[in-house]
Amino acid sequence: MNAFSTIVLRDLRVAFRRFSELANPLLFFVIVVSLFPLALSPTADVLRTVGTGVLWVSALLSSLLTLDALFRGDAEDGSLEQLLLSPVPLGLAVLAKIAAHWLVTVLPLMCLVPLLAATFDVPARALPTLAFALLLATPTLSVLVGLGAALTVSLKRGGSIAGLLILPLAGPLLIFGTRATDLSVNGEATAAPLYLLAALAAFALSLGPAAIAAALRVGLE
Amino acid sequence: MLRARGLAIWRGERCLFEGLDFELGPGQLALVVGPNGAGKTTLLRVLAGLAQPTSGRVTWGDSPVDALAGERRAEIAYRGHLDGLKKDLTVTENLAFHSALFLGRTAVEPLLAEIELARAADTRARYLSAGQRRRAALAALKLAPAKLWLLDEPMTNLDSAGRALVVAWTRAHLQAGGSAVVATHQPDEFVAHGAIVIEL
Repeated sequence: MNAFSTIVLRDLRVAFRRFSELANPLLFFVIVVSLFPLALSPTADVLRTVGTGVLWVSALLSSLLTLDALFRGDAEDGSLEQLLLSPVPLGLAVLAKIAAHWLVTVLPLMCLVPLLAATFDVPARALPTLAFALLLATPTLSVLVGLGAALTVSLKRGGSIAGLLILPLAGPLLIFGTRATDLSVNGEATAAPLYLLAALAAFALSLGPAAIAAALRVGLE
Repeated sequence: MLRARGLAIWRGERCLFEGLDFELGPGQLALVVGPNGAGKTTLLRVLAGLAQPTSGRVTWGDSPVDALAGERRAEIAYRGHLDGLKKDLTVTENLAFHSALFLGRTAVEPLLAEIELARAADTRARYLSAGQRRRAALAALKLAPAKLWLLDEPMTNLDSAGRALVVAWTRAHLQAGGSAVVATHQPDEFVAHGAIVIEL
């Protein structure tokens, strides 16, 4: 546990010293979300219909922007190599890096969601479910991003390939996430899709780190 | 005890070396020499457990190097071409992190004076010169309780004082019962210790 917090704290410190990189995905998220009313129609009816879907897809896309930050920097300066050789089990180290990545990229994004949801006239009663669904879906998304980053760690420009690898895998998150939000907009029971999101998170967080660790070992060889 | 048995490494169609056997006990130094592209770095990565040999095996004590875990893993320290420092962290932060990761118990401050980085302790690694970064990276060796040092061209970017420091550290490490494998183009600087020479 000590090693876990050491790695999380180091990654948080590094992230805050590169503040502009931290802000980029957030700005991207806000801009993509605000492009839709321009392209579709700024009438409340249309926006209410597409709002939740737009938020989910934009969150997914902006998380792709953060992919390179996860392992590439560490691979280039050699600290990933040292992490591999350290006494800390690699799966635990990977989980720590993903946790830190989630804290600096996803958490701020989730804070913006209620504000942006309001601009799409998403009813306030759906906001708790939207936030909860994001809370359940984003750890899985972070593991997927980690997997994409690990598989492409040895490539100079891996970001776009990693996107192609992981976007299809993020399909279930999108389906259950938007479903839960839509149900709550209509005032219906949302338990089923939320349970499925929780199941996916449990699956990703338990098996994902081992898969990412294996991909990193191969990538650095 | 580090043991390599029948090591062979192929890169594609090209054989870098094969049938390499050697043993390295406490207090012994092995120098890996050979021209550029001979496979010195690859050999050191194999010894560290970062890469797999095409055939043969490497053991540390009684277990294969790529299966070491926990404290046994910390007995081997590897310094490659990359310094392993985060550019956005200060020298002290980098060394403290390294020490925590590798179960080190030594204080960082006295070491900074030894590598003449005491004044740069709170400078981010980004603003250090290549030689200063290398000094910091090598200093990390002194923080962790490793018994085997694997050093890939440790003299790169170092001035003469820095090189003397590396030789002195290695000598002290060997005298304390440690062992080291050093890939180098300047074997003369180390040769005084009666080293095993591995020519690739």
